[in-house]
Amino acid sequence: MAGPGGDMQWCFSQVKGAIDDDVAEADIISTVEFNHTGELLATGDKGGRVVIFQQEIENKSLPQFRSEYNVYSTFQSHEPEFDYLKSLEIEEKINKIRWLPQKNAAQFLLSTNDKTIKLWKISERDKRPDGYNLKEEDGRYRDPNTITALRVPVLIPMDLMVEASPRRVFANAHTYHINSVSVNSDNETYLSADDLRINLWNLEITDRSFNIVDIKPANMEELTEVITAAEFHPHQCNTFVYSSSKGTIRLCDMRISALCDKHSKLFEEPENPSNRSFFSEIISSISDVKFSHNGRYMMTRDYLSVKIWDLNMENRPVETYQVHEYLRSKLCSLYENDCIFDKFECCWNGDDSVVMTGSYNNFFRMFDRGHRRDTTLEASRENGKPLQVLRPRKVCTGGKRKKDEISVDSLDFNKKILHTAWHPQDNIIAVATTNNLYIFQDKVN
Amino acid sequence: MSEQEEGMATVEEQQEMEDKVISPEKAEEVKLKARYPNLGAKPGGSDFLRKRLQKGQKYFDSGDYNMAKAKMKNKQLPSAPTEKTEITGDHIPTPQDLPQRKTSIVASKLAV
Repeated sequence: MAGPGGDMQWCFSQVKGAIDDDVAEADIISTVEFNHTGELLATGDKGGRVVIFQQEIENKSLPQFRSEYNVYSTFQSHEPEFDYLKSLEIEEKINKIRWLPQKNAAQFLLSTNDKTIKLWKISERDKRPDGYNLKEEDGRYRDPNTITALRVPVLIPMDLMVEASPRRVFANAHTYHINSVSVNSDNETYLSADDLRINLWNLEITDRSFNIVDIKPANMEELTEVITAAEFHPHQCNTFVYSSSKGTIRLCDMRISALCDKHSKLFEEPENPSNRSFFSEIISSISDVKFSHNGRYMMTRDYLSVKIWDLNMENRPVETYQVHEYLRSKLCSLYENDCIFDKFECCWNGDDSVVMTGSYNNFFRMFDRGHRRDTTLEASRENGKPLQVLRPRKVCTGGKRKKDEISVDSLDFNKKILHTAWHPQDNIIAVATTNNLYIFQDKVN
Repeated sequence: MSEQEEGMATVEEQQEMEDKVISPEKAEEVKLKARYPNLGAKPGGSDFLRKRLQKGQKYFDSGDYNMAKAKMKNKQLPSAPTEKTEITGDHIPTPQDLPQRKTSIVASKLAV
């Protein structure tokens, strides 16, 4: 993370959301995603709502401020449903948002809950027609008999209005719960993955979907693993990966066959059988998989670590970073309070030199791959003064706790950072705590 | 005990100690098994996965529901528990049980 002049320093920029401790379930942030230029930042929550922030044009009078993100649009994407046929309650929680690359003036994103994916169009309106012949100003129709002259309506400027409209609804294709969507580099198709199946869609067609992966066993008693995440390769439109609850990643090539049940590559790190414990499989479950921007690597997140894999090497990762190894001796209580099943995500920075992931106590971690440095930072309103530099945090495991360190037993496991996002080009990061969104920037000289 | 056997016993004990020292994970496992002796032999497998796949399942019989609703008109049924319990075939849902559909759309606090 050494920028010009040494170590990078992160500063507080903004925080969004309510201050009060009493968090309504609907306000729990469930996904965060920058668009391809980084100008827009979308969040989804448990209440099925999407909020989009837009980066304002740089404020020239205050050069030390990088542009701020302000609310651009907000809408209700999904509503709670009940499937009467299957007696299934369907949550409105937004599991994932993925932006489409911009093709015209409008912006498009895919948002999904457990069962239904929707394509939303977000468009701006800054002009309105004025001077209709048949309508009054307030919209009432004029009596045609009173019209004696014709005029051409003109478009006059108006206050910017941002409208979100659902353009496609991709429903009824998933028996199990959708965990991922990924837009293909061909910009025509996308995949959606649930616990046992992955489907391929055309963005234009909602009544048809191709199943490309099916790991459902004939006898459900034989079920041993589920799909946890899936993503298309950033450049190769025929390639995608999916991760499993057993810690494996399968790379599939859609050119080989229509049904990609047989993987092209299987990425798995061999485990020392003598180290195996009750917790081994649970903590090896991969909660997120992300290709690097250059398409040569992929990153996986399991409960305790982040691993970087070279797509050309299947038998082990090329880099492994411990996120919070001190939790290994707390697995019993983490199992009892269900925290061991928390699904942390991870992300790359723009040039793939740094990776980031969240932890507990509102801590998040960054790993500088090139300089072999890592840092722990905290998202907290205590560090919320504008441009305040975040000081690194440290968790102490041993007996002697130094001043400024926090002991493992004092960590707040209810304060989890599961979702983080990195601007595709700049050093601007979005970090979601339970119900707040923090935006941090690197210190501008 | 002969000298040799004594020697071997010590090595085994040492190995056990080393295991506990080397692997905090195994120590945690011991703790867990002590608290929950009935924990299955192959736990990482089907139990979790089936629970995960069954998320959201609510059981409902319209006949039972309507009969319960009819009964309510005649006499006061004991008030349903307020917490969201698993509604299975044993428990006949009453109108109080069912989660209320949200009618008003509240804006996200992030958009303030």
